[in-house]
Amino acid sequence: MSAKPTPSNSRQPLARRDFLKAAGLTGAAFMLGFSKANAGIVHNLATGPVTFDVTPYVVIEKSGKITILNPIPEIGQGSYQSLPALVAEELGVTLDQVTIRQTGGEKAFGNQTAGGSYSVRGKYQELRKVGASAREMLRQAASQQWRVPLTECIAENATIVHKPTGRKMTYGELAEPAAKLPVPKDPPLTNPANFRILNKSMPRPDVPLKVSGRAQFGIDAKVPGMLYASVERCPALGGGLVKFDASKAKAIKGVRDVVKVERVMGKNRYDGVAVVADSYWAALQGRKALQIEWNTLGIDTFNSTDYENSLRVLAATDGVVGHNAGDFDKTFADSPTKLEALYETPIVSHSPMEPMNATARWNAPDKVEVWVSSQGPDLVKDELAKVLGIPEDNVTANILFSGGGFGRRLTQDFATEAALIAKAVGKPVKVIWTREDDTRLGPFRPMTFSAMRGALSTDGKVVAFQHKVISPSIDATMEEKYDRTKPDGTMLEGTGEQKYEIPNLNTRYVFADFPFPLTYWRAVTSTTLAFSHECFLDEMAHKAGQDPMTFRLAMLTKESDTKRVLTKLREVSNWDKPLPQGWGRGVAQYEFFAGLAGQVVEVSKRANGSVKIEKVYCVADMGTVVNPDNVRTQMEGAIAMALTAALKDGITFENGKAVQGNFDTNRMLRIDEMPTIEVHILAEGGPTIKGAGEPGLPPLAPALANAVFAATGKRIRRLPFDLEKLT
Amino acid sequence: MATIKLTINNQPRTLDIDPDMPLLWAIRDVVGLTGTKFGCGIAQCGACTVHLDGQPTRSCSIPVSAVAGQKITTIEGIAKNADHPVQKAWIQHQVPQCGYCQSGQIMSAVALLKQNPKPTDADIDTAMQGNICRCGTYQRIRAAIHTASAEMTATTPKMPKSNPKLGKR
Repeated sequence: MSAKPTPSNSRQPLARRDFLKAAGLTGAAFMLGFSKANAGIVHNLATGPVTFDVTPYVVIEKSGKITILNPIPEIGQGSYQSLPALVAEELGVTLDQVTIRQTGGEKAFGNQTAGGSYSVRGKYQELRKVGASAREMLRQAASQQWRVPLTECIAENATIVHKPTGRKMTYGELAEPAAKLPVPKDPPLTNPANFRILNKSMPRPDVPLKVSGRAQFGIDAKVPGMLYASVERCPALGGGLVKFDASKAKAIKGVRDVVKVERVMGKNRYDGVAVVADSYWAALQGRKALQIEWNTLGIDTFNSTDYENSLRVLAATDGVVGHNAGDFDKTFADSPTKLEALYETPIVSHSPMEPMNATARWNAPDKVEVWVSSQGPDLVKDELAKVLGIPEDNVTANILFSGGGFGRRLTQDFATEAALIAKAVGKPVKVIWTREDDTRLGPFRPMTFSAMRGALSTDGKVVAFQHKVISPSIDATMEEKYDRTKPDGTMLEGTGEQKYEIPNLNTRYVFADFPFPLTYWRAVTSTTLAFSHECFLDEMAHKAGQDPMTFRLAMLTKESDTKRVLTKLREVSNWDKPLPQGWGRGVAQYEFFAGLAGQVVEVSKRANGSVKIEKVYCVADMGTVVNPDNVRTQMEGAIAMALTAALKDGITFENGKAVQGNFDTNRMLRIDEMPTIEVHILAEGGPTIKGAGEPGLPPLAPALANAVFAATGKRIRRLPFDLEKLT
Repeated sequence: MATIKLTINNQPRTLDIDPDMPLLWAIRDVVGLTGTKFGCGIAQCGACTVHLDGQPTRSCSIPVSAVAGQKITTIEGIAKNADHPVQKAWIQHQVPQCGYCQSGQIMSAVALLKQNPKPTDADIDTAMQGNICRCGTYQRIRAAIHTASAEMTATTPKMPKSNPKLGKR
């Protein structure tokens, strides 16, 4: 199916009644929306026609029911609490007084994608302004009703209280008169010193749902009359379908149909055969009975060992310059003390616990509705419209809780697949991937190799530092056009942005072709580049005969967030106190688009030569924080995920096929391997807000490898590595 | 197809079902209880953990025919108002992130505490090793199990197993 331009017929104003009906909010008396198109102006939608350019964030019904729309899907990061809390704080309500609803990708909500650790910082001002506007209108309505000064009307606990007399009106009672008032242009925002909800460790409203089995994930969607599907795709990704025989599959009881279905992902098109049945179990049995001939010519020769060798050969080439300061080549050539090292990291899978799945139903020949766990409701609408060749407004997206995302659910291939199968069989269909599908079919996190070179001055200072990345490119595997003559910003992520004061700094990118699809993984390329960057700095500190923490801080003479993080780490980890015999500690930090965190890892050497992780200290630089406890969970989780990536299997290929399939071969960190983690948050308030979801990942692998070196003298330059087999 | 009788959360059920269908899919797709999750299909991750006559069992890897006549408890059935001490401790410690594995984690934790009311960290690690959490909530799971243990042991009246004076309660 080709991607057709999406005709837009959505700019017609809708009658208010139609809009409310479409939004399922027919009892609404008061609605406040926020317009992206009009530079952040809050609109009253309760009167007159509305367009899809403006959509309500706050809906108050006469019954008193208050609904807050959450624009960023809950994928585990806590947006189901942190974003509605921004509105609730200003509105004068608590989250247990409101109903939270997830948006469905409507244009008016703007960016709705959980990515880049951007949920809170992207919506911080906007959502508070919506809440404050609503509160001011409700106060004004009350002051008019009571004929008292506005200053005497206080918003609290979903009521307006007249302080001198104690009179009260609920928001439900005030909804209609408030809706008739003009929307304040610049509503006053609450002074952070008076926050009731923000900057406090508040319980997440999704937690009770998740401990009782009531939380609805994409895989739990139920649509009347739906069938189940499982899709067989070529295990050597990209292999073409030559022919298939479905007769044995169709003989399985419960199998209704067998159809060809394409998987579309960026520029990639993958053939597949879907077995559609009354039950998922029957679909799986039917899939096993399929007889398929694939053409894997040209793919079946790919294997990881050869590919890694090719990257090592490419490491000798120059590549293109990303970042440059001073004159690296000359300084390096002239320096008395030089170091060089090659660092290597693997491809890894995202492996969220909820395997990819989606349910689709066609409501008209050109109108589709999907139920899906996705990181981006807006991406669902966009991708489905493009792949299916229908207008974006003809795609209805019901976004349920995601059983993990980690970047995998930024790509909507499973949703388009469900829509295509549903269309082919003329029935609603739920597609569920097996764990093996999820592991083997990508897209994957890219591997990066890093050729590091550095030079020290005679007094042991870093005078020249070069980070050359040799790797495949995410963009090149996904996009039609890719310019190899330009440095790939994603693949060089953070390498030129560390705060260390190094006079001659050079970063380079060497492109390597790669046949399989790659995508963003939690903390993207920083997860591998921090390892080489911060381990190599450790090598330089060792060469200079200096303590790694002191060595780093000596390169941070100016005040900076990085200096703050390392200074705090030094303090909380008791860095300067000696450790027991056989122990070692390592430090690392990494600043990148998502934010900044630093970690100290303590390890101990055991009698059998293995190494145990004793403790991880983490300092997260946040600026402003909405829910401190939730930031801690994000750091704890990021550290666990980084440990899996540093120590477990990763994905390797033989004969064009991913070797690993399920959790027996693509192993994940388990509870007995989880170290004690102590998280400290730096948040002095102020305008800067940094991300929480990703920054906890990059420092872990280098801090751990540096600790292993400190304890054992063994330098780790390749991930994954085995703590049991270090000697 | 076969007729299979079993009891789920104290409710007798008669299912007309492929006897080879794993219990997981019978619970989710036939009975319609979706709290029990599919994670791997080969008993590696524990997301599908239910209790089979009180024992934690990976429902993805046991055919429904093998549990005919038996008592199955799912996450929906461990407490009437989702207020089992383990569930309450999970809320207190804000354990779940994405939450997908947590039904299985809780089922394993409930079974552990039944068998070992005061587990050590090492006991917890052993009992909970079969449940993967990709979000990395393990540290909080440990803490929550200790909290639940404290509550359960404090509220369980200590009585001799047979005391004729107390009679039948």
